[in-house]
Amino acid sequence: MSLLNLYNNLNTFLVIGALLFGIGIYGIVTRRTLIGMLIAAELILAGASVNFMAFNRFTSPDPVIGQVFTLFIMAVAAAEAAIGLSIIIAVYRQFKSIDAEDTVQLKG
Amino acid sequence: MNPSIVTSPNLFSVDGLVGVVFLIMVAITIIGGLIACNSERLVRSVAGLIVCFVGVAGLYYFLNSPFVAMMQILIYVGAVAVTISFAIMLAAPEEQKRVGPSGPLVGPLGFATAALLTGGFSILAIRTDWKVMDKINDGSIKTIGIHLLTEYSMVFELISIVLLIAILGALVIARDGRES
Repeated sequence: MSLLNLYNNLNTFLVIGALLFGIGIYGIVTRRTLIGMLIAAELILAGASVNFMAFNRFTSPDPVIGQVFTLFIMAVAAAEAAIGLSIIIAVYRQFKSIDAEDTVQLKG
Repeated sequence: MNPSIVTSPNLFSVDGLVGVVFLIMVAITIIGGLIACNSERLVRSVAGLIVCFVGVAGLYYFLNSPFVAMMQILIYVGAVAVTISFAIMLAAPEEQKRVGPSGPLVGPLGFATAALLTGGFSILAIRTDWKVMDKINDGSIKTIGIHLLTEYSMVFELISIVLLIAILGALVIARDGRES
């Protein structure tokens, strides 16, 4: 297996998907702001989509299913981003901050 | 998987150049993801996200689906990233009071979690013997369209309703308290 024909290999794409997922998890854990967490969540969704497309290309008998599934993931991700960002704007109006640790009302 | 791919192509042949382009796409994806999760300013983070999504679109192109690659650029780069940048302009304070992780343990623990998950998934993916099945169609844009309007038409309609409700809900939530 040479470096130049990695693109014909299922494992390459699965490892890339796992890497994107890991980067997204790292971002969600370490980010302070809500928008940063949302961006990291988009990365996780991208990792999942890459996995679906890889299986769709290399193993699945019907190469349409994975593409349709990825399109639906995109639509749901767009809906999630719209709702999440409007909630973040509402939170910013309420607390004047989008830091996840400032947005508390019942701090003991 | 395929016995014909065992031989390594020459760097300056067509196959070799395709491999180089693929490596560039992988590098763009990973670097964009790292920028998106590590930069201190949110605007740079969105820029990293855009770079990462362009790289992912290139990967989709390598996976024989130019349609999904085009949709990735249209929807993610064209819509989602622009929406996030608008939200940053509307909501993010000019300068963050505190940047970086909230505690001394958050960074290392987050890295350990991410490394564990990535390594685990990668080892699982490489060690599994995936069964390859014969294709029953070509997966072209025409076939996708036929499947979307016959087999998956119910899901297609449902996803449209979900998007409509999400847009209405976003408007309602973001409008609240605007007068004050």
